[in-house]
Amino acid sequence: MSGAAAPLPAANIDTDVIMPKRYLKGIDHSGLRDGLFHDLRFDAGGEPNPGFILNQPSWADAVFLVVGPNFGCGSSREHAVWGLRQLGIRALIGTSFAGIFFDNCARNGLLALSLDAQQVGRLLTSSADPARNLMTIDLDAQTLFDADGAITFEIDPLLKSMLLEGLDSVGKTLKDRAAISAFESSYLAARPWLLKGARTSTDQA
Amino acid sequence: MRIMAGVGAVGAAASRDWPINLPASPKRPRAVKWINSFGFCMTGRDSLSLLSTAVSTDGRELRLQQPRTLYDKIVDAHCVRTLDSTGRQLLLYVDRTVLNEYTSPQAFTSLRAAQRDVWRPDAALAVVDHVNPTAARRVREMADAGGQKQTDYFATNCRDFGIELYDILHPLQGIEHVVMTETGRVMPGMVIAAGDSHTTTYGALGCLGFGIGTSDIEHYLATQTVIYSRLKTMAVEVHGALGPGVTPKDLVMALIRQVGAAGATGYAIEFRGPAITAMSVEGRMTICNMAVECGARGAIVAPDDKAFDYLQPKVGLSPAMWVHAVAEWGLLCSDPEAPFSRTVLIEGAAIEPMVTWGTSPDQALPITATVPDPCVEPDPERRRDIERSLRYMGLEPGMRLTDIPIDRAFIGSCTNARIEDLRDAANVVRGRHIAAGVRGMVVPGSSTVKRQAEREGLDRVFSDAGFEWRQSGCSMCLAMNDDVLAAGERCASSTNRNFEGRQGVAGRTHLMSPAMVAASALNGRLADSRVFAVGG
Repeated sequence: MSGAAAPLPAANIDTDVIMPKRYLKGIDHSGLRDGLFHDLRFDAGGEPNPGFILNQPSWADAVFLVVGPNFGCGSSREHAVWGLRQLGIRALIGTSFAGIFFDNCARNGLLALSLDAQQVGRLLTSSADPARNLMTIDLDAQTLFDADGAITFEIDPLLKSMLLEGLDSVGKTLKDRAAISAFESSYLAARPWLLKGARTSTDQA
Repeated sequence: MRIMAGVGAVGAAASRDWPINLPASPKRPRAVKWINSFGFCMTGRDSLSLLSTAVSTDGRELRLQQPRTLYDKIVDAHCVRTLDSTGRQLLLYVDRTVLNEYTSPQAFTSLRAAQRDVWRPDAALAVVDHVNPTAARRVREMADAGGQKQTDYFATNCRDFGIELYDILHPLQGIEHVVMTETGRVMPGMVIAAGDSHTTTYGALGCLGFGIGTSDIEHYLATQTVIYSRLKTMAVEVHGALGPGVTPKDLVMALIRQVGAAGATGYAIEFRGPAITAMSVEGRMTICNMAVECGARGAIVAPDDKAFDYLQPKVGLSPAMWVHAVAEWGLLCSDPEAPFSRTVLIEGAAIEPMVTWGTSPDQALPITATVPDPCVEPDPERRRDIERSLRYMGLEPGMRLTDIPIDRAFIGSCTNARIEDLRDAANVVRGRHIAAGVRGMVVPGSSTVKRQAEREGLDRVFSDAGFEWRQSGCSMCLAMNDDVLAAGERCASSTNRNFEGRQGVAGRTHLMSPAMVAASALNGRLADSRVFAVGG
């Protein structure tokens, strides 16, 4: 993965900001490219906001975002990750990501890479310089290259294989169908009350 | 209308017949409990299942013999198998889910495309809550075409896959997390994963609840499991007692301020200590719900008599099964020497009613404080974040929080719209009227809460005070329906997120407890509810 990186240093950029609610009214994945960072990218009249980094020529084709801490906090909406992918973002680099958002990235082939504050600081600096904002991430080798050299990183092996192989995780889990059934049978047999209360008693209504 | 009439009485009577009556409480039978050589409690059945677990899995037996936290016990009990050599990644069995109309559609579409079935349709409940209007007259047709499409597809999916649906006209409709607990679907020891971040609410009943995205909803529906990374554990110990007029909302807001918006990212919280023991079950729901705002993906309170008393009339178990269940649930606690990755101590008496001043839930202060001055913040990035928040919120450094005027007052959300919340707020406004120019709305957490409040006359209290008494839904907590702030409007809100645009584009949100919203509505500016305390 190679391309331009753009800095988004603000802390706590939440999924409401990444994908505002008026783009959540679909039943498919369409149109989320338009919604991404909408209230930052566009002014009240719908015109591109020239101050926003992704509207500036050097970053308009960014494939990496170097982000502030706790990126993706808030709502569980996976629409935020779908929108990032639709805009062509391949990886996010920051010090920390919110848990649900991080998992949503993993399920959609979007690398959310956690580095230490010093490394992220360096990448925020290089990505902010149009002459030095090209980066390459070699996931297999667990190495990121920017204008200042290489940074090696750690990544969970399971996550790495999910990102590299793009597996159908449901299909993979269903190969364990027998194990799940066996677990479920003994689990529920020991806790028979769990089979109660799962359907509304007509009394309640 | 009857609500599981009689079950509670039968269950309580049965409990007294429980033969091994060790504890002082007559309502709480305990199983034979013994402390093994490693210092953690087991039942005979637990020891057998531990043995089989140790044989059937790869190298976890040593860890299972160590003292464990409640979180780890629940995860261990739901581990179908580990997915890596460390045991940190695992296939986690999920007991139940609740689905809503806006995060589930693409999951069903994927199931259809792959011709897959739902593993356990009876373990899911579907509730329309996010996009529905809350106007007094309920109709299935929506003016919002997108919302209509979502609710229509939701109904089609529930019909085709055999999932029970509480649609907009259903008498039990409400906010999903309110409905799940009040209909007895949440029981101690469960794992509940659902497509909404506030699924952490269920920890109040000794469950592990956590939010998931749409891909994981699909995975859950097809397999009854999720791929799960074990979290670190954080004990939040709240000593002493909360002061008069200080609520669970204030406690959790103080916690979020103390640890930061990412302070519990990667952790599951266990709330404990005297202030938690003294807290009502609904109060515990508030703190577990909002724990996600400091990043926690799971927040648990060990179940106790209060939890069992809450559950008994709702879960509909036969007397014998109730006794069996409570015996098991009573064991759901962290072992005395269980290691937590981190411990946070909070002095309950030091907490004051809290409000947010910024655009992140950790940007909060006691109502007695003043708007912070970014100039005194030494860290340049934090200073920039404060400046950005103040600019968005239209606030000047140094002004007293109680001098901030409001346009709107909203009482609602899965955090704070249960019956106790409505009683708290009603006690503040009873016999008074909200300030001129303030629009106040009360949106009960569920239709059941609404009926209960009306039985208690709270609807009249709010209406007489000038509040709109509305139907149930998520409403202006996230403004996916027609309940929205206009640009620049400022709202005192009993919700959980003060993000930019959360309640409407360019809207300004101040989070606080329901009583504080009520007090602010009366004053027309942010106010300390303790001034309006009953008898005060």
